[in-house]
Amino acid sequence: MRHILSILLENEAGALSRIVGLFSQRAFNIESLTVAPTDDNTLSRITIATIGDDRVLEQIVKQVNKLVDVIKITDLTKRKHVERELLLVKVAAVSDKSRTEVKRISDIFRGAIVDIGKQIYTIELTGSSDKLTAFIETLNNETEIIESVRSGCVGIARGEKALRV
Amino acid sequence: MTTELFTGAEMVVKALSALKVKYIFGYPGGSVLDLYDAIFQQDEIEHILVRHEQAATHMADGYTRATGKVGVVLATSGPGATNCVTGIATAYMDSIPMVILAGQVPTALIGNDAFQETDIVGCTRPIIKHSFNCRDLADIPNVIAKAFYIANTGRPGPVVIELPKDLLIPQNKAPFHIETNVKMRSYNPNIKGHPKQIRKAVKTINEAKKLVVYSGGGIVLADAAALLTQLVETLKAPITNTLMGLGGISGLHENFIGMLGMHGSVEANKTMANADVILALGVRFDDRVTNNVEKFCPNATIIHVDIDPTSISKTINAHVPVVGLVDVVMQQILDELVATKFTPNEAALQDWWQQIHLWRDMRHVGYKQVVGEKIKPQRVIEAMYKITKGEAYVASDVGQHQMFAAQYYPFAKPRQWINSGGAGTMGFGLPAAMGAKLAFPDKHVICITGDGSIQMNIQELSTCMQYSLPVVIITLNNRSLGMVRQWQDMVYDGRHASSYMESLPDFIKLAEAYGHVGIKIDTLDELDSKLEQAFNIKNKLVFVDVLVDEKEHVYPMQIRQGAIDDMWVSKGVKA
Repeated sequence: MRHILSILLENEAGALSRIVGLFSQRAFNIESLTVAPTDDNTLSRITIATIGDDRVLEQIVKQVNKLVDVIKITDLTKRKHVERELLLVKVAAVSDKSRTEVKRISDIFRGAIVDIGKQIYTIELTGSSDKLTAFIETLNNETEIIESVRSGCVGIARGEKALRV
Repeated sequence: MTTELFTGAEMVVKALSALKVKYIFGYPGGSVLDLYDAIFQQDEIEHILVRHEQAATHMADGYTRATGKVGVVLATSGPGATNCVTGIATAYMDSIPMVILAGQVPTALIGNDAFQETDIVGCTRPIIKHSFNCRDLADIPNVIAKAFYIANTGRPGPVVIELPKDLLIPQNKAPFHIETNVKMRSYNPNIKGHPKQIRKAVKTINEAKKLVVYSGGGIVLADAAALLTQLVETLKAPITNTLMGLGGISGLHENFIGMLGMHGSVEANKTMANADVILALGVRFDDRVTNNVEKFCPNATIIHVDIDPTSISKTINAHVPVVGLVDVVMQQILDELVATKFTPNEAALQDWWQQIHLWRDMRHVGYKQVVGEKIKPQRVIEAMYKITKGEAYVASDVGQHQMFAAQYYPFAKPRQWINSGGAGTMGFGLPAAMGAKLAFPDKHVICITGDGSIQMNIQELSTCMQYSLPVVIITLNNRSLGMVRQWQDMVYDGRHASSYMESLPDFIKLAEAYGHVGIKIDTLDELDSKLEQAFNIKNKLVFVDVLVDEKEHVYPMQIRQGAIDDMWVSKGVKA
């Protein structure tokens, strides 16, 4: 099962490499990983999307927690949460027909065209990882995808619950 | 008033002094010469010069295992630091606190593939508890204080500190400030067990009819032998120790049923397999204990006490997990037993012990020493036990001799038995024995080893001469890599691929060349007297080369992929 883990850790040199190293060392899976400092820039927040059964997840959470730099870890998928991922995708838009179609699909998914070239559109789309995947599949049927980049998902719990020091 | 300024090198020494460090084990080189110069100019801390950095880590490790004090290692950048890797891994696998100061090229050169540059923090990342890249001179004292705190609290382990050369040079100075009362927001190990879990544990113990206590290295690390003995006596339960936990209760205690696991006793493994409740204290259900996890003790309710949550339910599911320091939790359990007016179930205990005695009787342990034939290795351990009255510190290398020592030298106290259990590092024994001898010069310190292992750090005979470390080295010389050979006999139809040593040195001449005493023993009738003679030489290192039967196997031995109690008890005979 897919899980989204939020990790709050010291914003120090080497902290990220410890997390990544731990996952490879213990053969845990990483589907995506994002990292950036938080509003308090002594802290970093990492979001990892991973796949594993309950037993593996228990070990992942415990092992990450054991790292000296880590302050907190939570499995967002265990409760109500908001999950978002950013996609930037460059597609071929060579004819009027394909430009219209790409614009239409982009509108349906609530994407925004952020750059236009002679024969390309660059589209920005935010949403759940599933939505992004669906968008890419739809685009693929209509035109040629020249380049795409996904941020990996970030997430936050709904309601009062907060991941803070 | 002007603040006094110090160089980074001076700060390292001052910080180590403030933390009451007596010894540094190390080897100099370019990037740490300023630090060596600072050590040279003071006499609070003594530097022990080894002959290879790996030995520095093992010597610090042996010192720590014997005393409980954090060992400190100093190595230069590049190869000096990478030579420490095996020793760091060894300490990590057995949860031994250690602080490793590794030199580094000047900050401005880092990343340039400079001379003797290696990313030692990167190299050691999977085998350390934590590490620090020191980048600011003024941070040095607090980084060192934090390193000691992290190494020695919670589940102990090694901590690496990388010190670039420009932080140590005389031109750069800063004020010295150290906070020895370390607090970290990201690191707060549990101490007490959760009261609800303690109540659950005691309730489970109360309902048990076939209880067994299974204790490990955690007891030794926590110096909790007295509490463990009290708990076992209160419960009147049988107790087994892991290889790492030997001495956690006296090997002669009437409730002690021997070591468990791959080369454990039949009664220990049978007792585990048939228990209805297992009280696991400071252990981690290692694969060398469990054998096939699918078949592991199917009828047992498992109470697992450990300081490290990741150890719990990692390989074997715990029904009652308790996270906390094992000594604190044992006291909580004892208190709860008193509070709930615990009385042992005498009828159940009688049946249980009767069964255990039956297993003990069928154990076939042992060996047959025939007069006139080659010396059996087990016989050597028994002789060594007798002469030292069971009071020696025994540092072991890795292989058959290690298992024979674990089986035939019942340790009365924790910290007497010093061995590389998790990593299984050949070459550990001699430097570890040296560390113990440094701490306890008046005690018998034995390095029990084989002709394979001893050659992995034999250069340290030179260090022993320099610092007068008269350990007694007992080499069970079977002219082969015994444990490898045993597996080749059992699993590979006797094809002895690369396990035979055709070019052993004359160990006696070798010992003498280093300035020590060498004694060769090749017949049974001279074994006791010559060993006695070796232990009577107090001021010189004695290298005893005992020629033993190369065909001897270590038994009992678990059958691969079987249950914990599926065992060979002798060649071709199953339990």
